[in-house]
Amino acid sequence: MAFALPQRRPFAFGVTPGQAVAAAAIGLFLVVFLVVPVATVVYVAFTEKGTGAFTLVNFADFLRTDLFVRSFWNSVYVSAASVVLASILAVPLATLTTRFEFRGAVLIQTLGFLPLIMPPFVGAVAMQLLFGRNGTVNLLLDDWLGFKIPFMEGLNGVVFVEAIHYFPFILVNLSTSLRGIDRSMEEAAQNLGSSGLRLLRRIVFPLALPGYLAGASLVFVKVFDDLATPLLLNVKDMLAPQAYLRVTSIGIADPMGYVIAFVLIVVSGLAMWASAAAMRGKDYATVQRGGGGLARRRMRGWESALAYAAVFLILALVLAPHLGLLLLSFATVWSFSPLPDEFTLAHYGRVFGESFVYIKNTLLYASLAGVIDVVLGAGIAYLVLRTRLVGRAWLDWAASAALAVPGVVLGIGYLRTFYGVQLPDGRPLATLWIMIVLALAVRRLPYALRACYAALQQISISLEEAAENLGATKARTLRRVTIPLMAGGIVAGFISSFATAAVELSATLMLVQSNSDAPLAYGLYVFMQSAAGRGPGAALGVIAVALVAVCAFLSHLVVERGSRAGSR
Amino acid sequence: MRATPSAGIAVENIDLSYGDHRVLKDVSLAVEPGEFFAFLGPSGCGKTTLLRIIAGFNRPDRGRVLLAGEDISHLPPWKRDVGMVFQSYALWPHMSVRSNVAFGLEERRLPRAEIDRRVEEALDLVGLKPLADRRPSQLSGGQQQRVAVARTVAVRPKVLLLDEPLSNLDAKLRVQVRRELRDLQQRLGLTTIFVTHDQEEANTICDRIAVMNDGVVQQVGTPMALYERPANLFVASFLGTANIIAGDVVGSGADRAFRVADGVTLPIPPCAEVAPGAKLVFRPQDARIHPGSEGASLTGTITHREFLGSSVRYGVRVGPAEMTVDVPFHAGDRLQEVGAPAMVTVAPRSLLWLAP
Repeated sequence: MAFALPQRRPFAFGVTPGQAVAAAAIGLFLVVFLVVPVATVVYVAFTEKGTGAFTLVNFADFLRTDLFVRSFWNSVYVSAASVVLASILAVPLATLTTRFEFRGAVLIQTLGFLPLIMPPFVGAVAMQLLFGRNGTVNLLLDDWLGFKIPFMEGLNGVVFVEAIHYFPFILVNLSTSLRGIDRSMEEAAQNLGSSGLRLLRRIVFPLALPGYLAGASLVFVKVFDDLATPLLLNVKDMLAPQAYLRVTSIGIADPMGYVIAFVLIVVSGLAMWASAAAMRGKDYATVQRGGGGLARRRMRGWESALAYAAVFLILALVLAPHLGLLLLSFATVWSFSPLPDEFTLAHYGRVFGESFVYIKNTLLYASLAGVIDVVLGAGIAYLVLRTRLVGRAWLDWAASAALAVPGVVLGIGYLRTFYGVQLPDGRPLATLWIMIVLALAVRRLPYALRACYAALQQISISLEEAAENLGATKARTLRRVTIPLMAGGIVAGFISSFATAAVELSATLMLVQSNSDAPLAYGLYVFMQSAAGRGPGAALGVIAVALVAVCAFLSHLVVERGSRAGSR
Repeated sequence: MRATPSAGIAVENIDLSYGDHRVLKDVSLAVEPGEFFAFLGPSGCGKTTLLRIIAGFNRPDRGRVLLAGEDISHLPPWKRDVGMVFQSYALWPHMSVRSNVAFGLEERRLPRAEIDRRVEEALDLVGLKPLADRRPSQLSGGQQQRVAVARTVAVRPKVLLLDEPLSNLDAKLRVQVRRELRDLQQRLGLTTIFVTHDQEEANTICDRIAVMNDGVVQQVGTPMALYERPANLFVASFLGTANIIAGDVVGSGADRAFRVADGVTLPIPPCAEVAPGAKLVFRPQDARIHPGSEGASLTGTITHREFLGSSVRYGVRVGPAEMTVDVPFHAGDRLQEVGAPAMVTVAPRSLLWLAP
């Protein structure tokens, strides 16, 4: 567990001034850019407009407004249904790859992760063209069989897109859990007379449940907080889009946006708490020395045919948004036909020409956010694991809590908090592009922190003590021993922060003030609003996916090399 | 708990290979009803694999498994009625002790009242009734082991298989638990197969032992028979300490002798059978040591001495051979000095000549 209690050092002395200053700086950053904006949102939600007196009237208004209540239940429905659909996709794949001798296992493990490198809003329009009322699939169905399937109608369209993009969270966590079950757990049940589905139900699934719940709660939160996908699919009566629309159309003084934001925080906080509670005391990883995961069964002929059919279908679905996006980015016109009419490179020309500013901004913002994240992440990891500074656990806790703060909420918080802060030239602080960078950094900090934490945990303290014993001060030890040894983890942390920040939209959507400051994800969103902009939008999407894919590959390489070096 | 109708179990001509490695080579064994039987051997000898074949988790390339004379080779594990206690105990962490024990009974679709009764009975048998509602992670290693046993005997299997059940316990607990296991087995009259690499465990609680090495059953017998009359060098050296001395047979008829080195020969008793390539074997405590070196055959020099309390262990070099001699120690005894000449004698009936 990345955020375990710090190790006790028997001979740790007092804290050096440098450490205290670093801790104070990190603490200040977290307070100003995470705690205060979120607290402001909560404060506004609970106070009367104008006077600042405590009131619950805003919540009463929320409950009285039919649109908001409907939006709330719609969001709950979409999130829950996405979890169900994602489970339908993920559970068979996880089961097949972990419990059977199956040639396609490697393929699934690789392709199954593809959706993670593309946020759902990127693929949403492409999915519309493939599965919409007049999309490829329905046109073909209509031609051949005479009926259509409403994949993309209303809320269910959102469910469909979200599930296809987020099911890997369940696949990854469930597969890890399944692999962690010792073979003897299953054999003991067989020995006592259990087999087949009963054995799955009574032993295997309960043991894998913690992993499943971890993945499912993540999907729920991600979907609940997602702003751009419903908007792009023209679904407005959901909670996150309502918060955005309220703040952008009525203004940042209107309390309803904050009430909705508060509800978003509470729901994602609850979901995270529930999954943590479900996991508590259930570290079921039971593989014993000399043991090994579950026995893999060889499939009979018809079983394996069925398995291949299921896998093929699921993978086709999973890859659909990628293929659709690629087609769209090369298409001249694609409407009322199964495939585009003609192909062109013009969209890429346009994107690399007049719209290159989006790409440039993204590279700048994501790199800066990544650097901030690894500096903070490495600092917090060091303070927590290597010092006895009072309050170090709070830094860790606060940085990790950013996970539970929806992007919309952070965006609204930034707007409200920093709009009042005037720059010397009279512009509000909130309109500067650096705010986008800071929001991205705060959102992605938990990922970088986890990477740095893991890297530092693997370094034996005695390596540093040896340096101190030979006369190096704490600061020089840090520079000459600790940081070089952590380098792999720091690089991995940077890449994962960079890659996810590059396609982040929910906080950005709030904070972008002008097109010249906008990152790629924002440009994509703007392009996709109009039919004419779909081509360039898709081209941007392909570039974003390629960018993230390269990063994911690099980070994989770094981590692999690090773990090989570590095991030597 | 009512005694289970116990059944004998036999394996016939079992063969199993993983790739080029032959794990079991034509293994045949028969365990009598109610017997406490051990598979004993070093790790990698195939003993656990053989146990798993009996339980149905591994499928042999060739051969049959017979339970009470009936071929069960084709049955899956869940239809075999052969209870197994796993080395890791394999207690399900998501279930309480009670649910763990009830599991097998529920799978057999027994009425609830019957299940409850038999769970109580099984927990009572291992003295864990008060802990029935705990989770396995809240129990000590010894308690977990008892739950694993209770879970298995609750279904009243025809045969009980124990896969190194004591290996995860500390040394003191091991002695206590092995007595409890023996006690339980006697009370239930349950045919039991016990897999271990520890000869002391096998010797103390088992009726008969099959010593295995390299996928082959080397010898089957009672602990005493195996110790007194090992069939080959492996069994002799695996069970207890043995002096194994190379040499060759000289002379013939009544003049046969075993020559260890030039000038070091031992007469071979007329009744002894000495196969070609056989080596001389005797136990340290069957030898005696005398000071001096006048005229006897096994004369040499004391190379080291270890005081073990109840005995003194001497190392004696005789020609090219090193041998170990244990001498009981009584208060006031005088010990031989290292470097002193010594003569080793062994009663002819304690001498064995064994092939590898």
